[in-house]
Amino acid sequence: MSTTTQRPTAADSRTTSKAARVLGDRRLPVLVTAGLFLVMYVIGLSRYQNYGFAESQVFLNLFIDNSYLLVAAVGATFVILSGGIDLSVGSVIGFTTMFTAWLVERQGLPIVVVIPMALAVGAFGGFLMGYVIQNFEIQPFIVTLAGLFLFRGLCLVISKESISIGDSSVSSMAQTQVSLGGAFLSIGAIVALVVLAAAFYVLHYTRFGRRVYAIGGNEQSALLMGLPQGGTKIAVYTMSGFCSALAGLLFTLYIQSGDPLHATGMELDAIAAVVIGGTLLTGGSGYVIGTLFGVLVLGLIKSLIQFEGTLSSWWTKIATGVLLCAFILIQRAMTSRRKT
Amino acid sequence: MAEPLPVLEMTGIVKEFPGVRALSGVDFRLFPGEIHALLGENGAGKSTLIKVLTGVHSLDGGTITLNGTNVRFASPSQAQQAGVSTVYQEVNLCPNLSVAENIFIGREPTRFGRIQWKRLRREAAELVDRLGLDIDVTAPLSSYPLAVQQLVAIVRSVGTGDADGQGAGTKVLILDEPTSSLDRDEVLELFALMRRLKDEGVAILFVSHFLDQIYEVCDRMTVLRNGALVGEHMVRDLDQVGLVQLMIGKALDQLEELHDQQLHSDVGELLLKADGLGRVGGIAPFDLEIKKGEVIGLAGLLGSGRTELARLLFGADHPDSGRLTIGGKQVSMSAPNDAIAAGVAFCSENRKTEGLVPDLTVRENIILALQATRGWTRPIPIAQRDELVAKYIKALDIRPANPEARVGQLSGGNQQKVLLARWLITQPKLLILDEPTRGIDVGAKAEIQKLVVSLSEDGMAVLYIAAELEEVLRLSHTIGVLRDRKLVAQLANGPEITTTRILETIASGEHQ
Amino acid sequence: MTTTPRWRALTHHHLFWPVAVLVILLLVNVPFTPDFFAIKMTDGHLYGSLVSIVLFGSPLILVAVGMTLVIATGGIDLSVGAVVAITGALTCSYISDQADQSALSGVFLALGIGLVAAIVCGLWNGFLVARMGIQPIIATLIIMVAGRGVAQLITDGQIITVNSEPYKLIGGGYWLTLPFSIFIVAAVVAVTVAITRRTALGLLVESVGGNAEASRLVGIRSMRIKIMVYVFCALCAGIAGLMISSNTSAADGNNAGLWIELDAILAVVIGGTSLLGGRFSIGGTVVGALVIQTLTTTIYTIGVPTQTNLVFKAAVVIIVCLMQSPKFRAKVFGAKFGGKQAAAPAPAETAPAAEASPKMEVS
Repeated sequence: MSTTTQRPTAADSRTTSKAARVLGDRRLPVLVTAGLFLVMYVIGLSRYQNYGFAESQVFLNLFIDNSYLLVAAVGATFVILSGGIDLSVGSVIGFTTMFTAWLVERQGLPIVVVIPMALAVGAFGGFLMGYVIQNFEIQPFIVTLAGLFLFRGLCLVISKESISIGDSSVSSMAQTQVSLGGAFLSIGAIVALVVLAAAFYVLHYTRFGRRVYAIGGNEQSALLMGLPQGGTKIAVYTMSGFCSALAGLLFTLYIQSGDPLHATGMELDAIAAVVIGGTLLTGGSGYVIGTLFGVLVLGLIKSLIQFEGTLSSWWTKIATGVLLCAFILIQRAMTSRRKT
Repeated sequence: MAEPLPVLEMTGIVKEFPGVRALSGVDFRLFPGEIHALLGENGAGKSTLIKVLTGVHSLDGGTITLNGTNVRFASPSQAQQAGVSTVYQEVNLCPNLSVAENIFIGREPTRFGRIQWKRLRREAAELVDRLGLDIDVTAPLSSYPLAVQQLVAIVRSVGTGDADGQGAGTKVLILDEPTSSLDRDEVLELFALMRRLKDEGVAILFVSHFLDQIYEVCDRMTVLRNGALVGEHMVRDLDQVGLVQLMIGKALDQLEELHDQQLHSDVGELLLKADGLGRVGGIAPFDLEIKKGEVIGLAGLLGSGRTELARLLFGADHPDSGRLTIGGKQVSMSAPNDAIAAGVAFCSENRKTEGLVPDLTVRENIILALQATRGWTRPIPIAQRDELVAKYIKALDIRPANPEARVGQLSGGNQQKVLLARWLITQPKLLILDEPTRGIDVGAKAEIQKLVVSLSEDGMAVLYIAAELEEVLRLSHTIGVLRDRKLVAQLANGPEITTTRILETIASGEHQ
Repeated sequence: MTTTPRWRALTHHHLFWPVAVLVILLLVNVPFTPDFFAIKMTDGHLYGSLVSIVLFGSPLILVAVGMTLVIATGGIDLSVGAVVAITGALTCSYISDQADQSALSGVFLALGIGLVAAIVCGLWNGFLVARMGIQPIIATLIIMVAGRGVAQLITDGQIITVNSEPYKLIGGGYWLTLPFSIFIVAAVVAVTVAITRRTALGLLVESVGGNAEASRLVGIRSMRIKIMVYVFCALCAGIAGLMISSNTSAADGNNAGLWIELDAILAVVIGGTSLLGGRFSIGGTVVGALVIQTLTTTIYTIGVPTQTNLVFKAAVVIIVCLMQSPKFRAKVFGAKFGGKQAAAPAPAETAPAAEASPKMEVS
């Protein structure tokens, strides 16, 4: 006498049915995003082919123009995978630009000395936030919000006005082109891709990375399974701070100035990229590859609007909002079918 | 035959919380290769004893020795390292990871820091095989039902230390209420695994409320009552009646009276009629009639569709076919609101996820359903509200009798009573109780059953679902038998209806 | 030495820490501005630092009150800043098109249009969250992003100025010697408290936020409640938008209400409402918003450079949250002062170390 259990997918045998596995596959959202990216790119190709959209440099420009966002989003991916959130990303980026500009232009330090300093400050900020979140059990939203204010405030304290960077080593770094076939990539893009690869390795081939997933999946279980959940959490925020600082350096390279208003709100871009890339805000599910596509989608939106040419800045915002909305609804439709 | 030395010995364990002495001088010992049951009502101290052992709570007095050495664990992970593992009722694994990963997480095989996935999968498959289980280790844990997840949790704790060759390997395995959500087949599979581990010399501590299961699989049992040790017996030396007497200290005769009472009480006219009501994937279309004052018990194994049937009657799920008529009027069940307005109340079996709002007070939880029926614009006058709440706290003996206490802090039995009070206040015509006595102590179980009988005498119809067939038999006028998501028989209760008869009906799937 | 029960009851009251911080902040001003608490009557209006704090803080209080209910249902609303901008833009745009900008009928119609737009935004958010089941952060992000674009579209990228006496009253005028906006805030707060505590709405909202599925099974129409709170939040933001644009007699699609959502969320949290949903406190939110505004004013009056405003804000937020965290209090002051969670649990429930332990049904 056999009885069925309440979940149809398990049925009688111990292996799950093929269809259920495909729909339940956590890689599906990433594929959906990649698909959407392709569709948008094809639309762009058909619409703007006479304006040079078909050139391979257009594709590589996506990486060049969004390298800083990619690095920031990778850091955000770690945090979101662990079930948290980091609202300080934009402010750390802005602070890093100001910090770097100030040290290089006003204090005359060589850029090679400034880089590790900036990274250390970002990492330390992340560490502090992670420490407070873990040890005092305060919501990540609030703690990183305080971090947002803190870093933005420190940025203003350094200088109320913009500091532009004229340093030659910085500008030469910014203009370096690494050629790739007929087209080229910037140093920033290379760094971003390296960071992406490193993140992929860490998440899928190290114990630490698996712990990040475990905590995001069920934090209480992770604790009871004996995993050093606290240390992992703090490390995740430290990493996010480090990535934000690195993103800030890349942004400085891109824009060659420090300004208290730089990167305002960029944390929301990073979070949007992560979510579009299929990572769940609740944690435990998602891939950095998805984040890459999320960033590419956002970059492509900007690019398409640029090619369209006639749109004013507010239409950009509206278009971004509409596309974001469409994407979220599609993703929701796909995932709700998954939960039989 | 000389008795082997115990692998775990706890002596004179004392644990106090502010204002309460949870454990007063409890002794407990566990021998290798035995399955040992830990029994007691709510508040007896079972879970506190385990928490003290595994390091969740600190010890206030007494000693713990593991294989002769004095130990005191400061955290569950320390206990795990030493070979004392616990598998809880809510399986504490990560559903988003694969089975193999769950088994090995925290000690994945690595080379130069890089996880070797092939080796991990292979070793996980070997481990699963060795224990006689048939599970695909590459599948995500969430794709398996709870029963299998529990087995994976056991595999994980058994495998501790094996992968690196370091670590102690599990000596003591604690299973906390592992069978509460399993069906019969799954329970048998679990028992088979437990016996295999027992043969390997693992000592198993088995906490459960299901007396039948304890008699089926355990060698020895320890009974706690009110934080003190009441007795340690070999299972073969003590029968069920004697055991229950040890646990609650009073005889079960009163419950037998209920049975006679119920068989002789009357039922009224037709209250509810379901015609071909069904839901794809939930329960096949069924016809059911419930009369005023009637108690209908649903008997069937876990997964047979009892909860699905009840949820359809309440509108918690949307039916795919059929019609429901209450009090002569056809009701459209698109949401629980319609059922509630028609006088149906539903006490879910998942009181934590579907029942209580943990941060609200006892008073707010009790008044919630009644308030919801009036909508947000018509609050219940304060005097009336306080009076009602006090009345039900007293009637159901909810402890602590403080309406402002956070309901999340009450014990399981009292939480169940709060839930009951919530629905009783709405004075429903049909009260659906889904596993109201699960996970609560024997004393409270008896109270609830008495309550059901008295409600039916007052004219309330009750739909009663319980895993223990005796309860269903004791209380029902009519017994609905379900099998494989189908209502296969409706039997009028009488002297000739016994547990055996019902089991036969389930087995054959036909009305006899 | 044991603390007296009354002191313990006082410190455990959920408003204690926010009010304490507010009082401390106010007192900090006194050495720098001895007549900080003085209120003078000039030109028939009351002036004084306390009055300005409430005046300038009015929009924030409004937005935060609306945000409180959304957070109580377990959600969040990032779009309020955009709604502020849209409402101001629509209203000013309509008024500026009128021949007589001070005509009452025109002004009322303009107000109506603006507030209806706010309500539409709230309905949209509510639809996405309650009906489509999209996470609130993401759902409200859409209007946050697109909304400013819409506001700028309405104003055509310019700053629209109006010259309307009745409109000026809302945010910049006086009535009965006090700034008119104070009356608006008082009215909204009073109405909110009345609706949530006199009716059962507060209980139902707390139930939905505390356990959404249980609420559904009890017969609470969670979807309706959720949509209601998002509409209410947007409406509050709309009124705040009217206040802000009225104060400057202009509508700036780009900068109106910029980042007000973050301040509003902070105000709610400082006031003691948990971001996870459930119990909420309107009073706490009002105090929280006043704390934030007082901080800005204090920094200004004591002469600290205004760019440090944000740093101080961060510090205040962290301090208040740390004080509200039982773990922090236990660590710093010892378990005796640790607050309700560290104190006596019933044996059936968790003791502090057991926060990490699984919830067992029996003990």
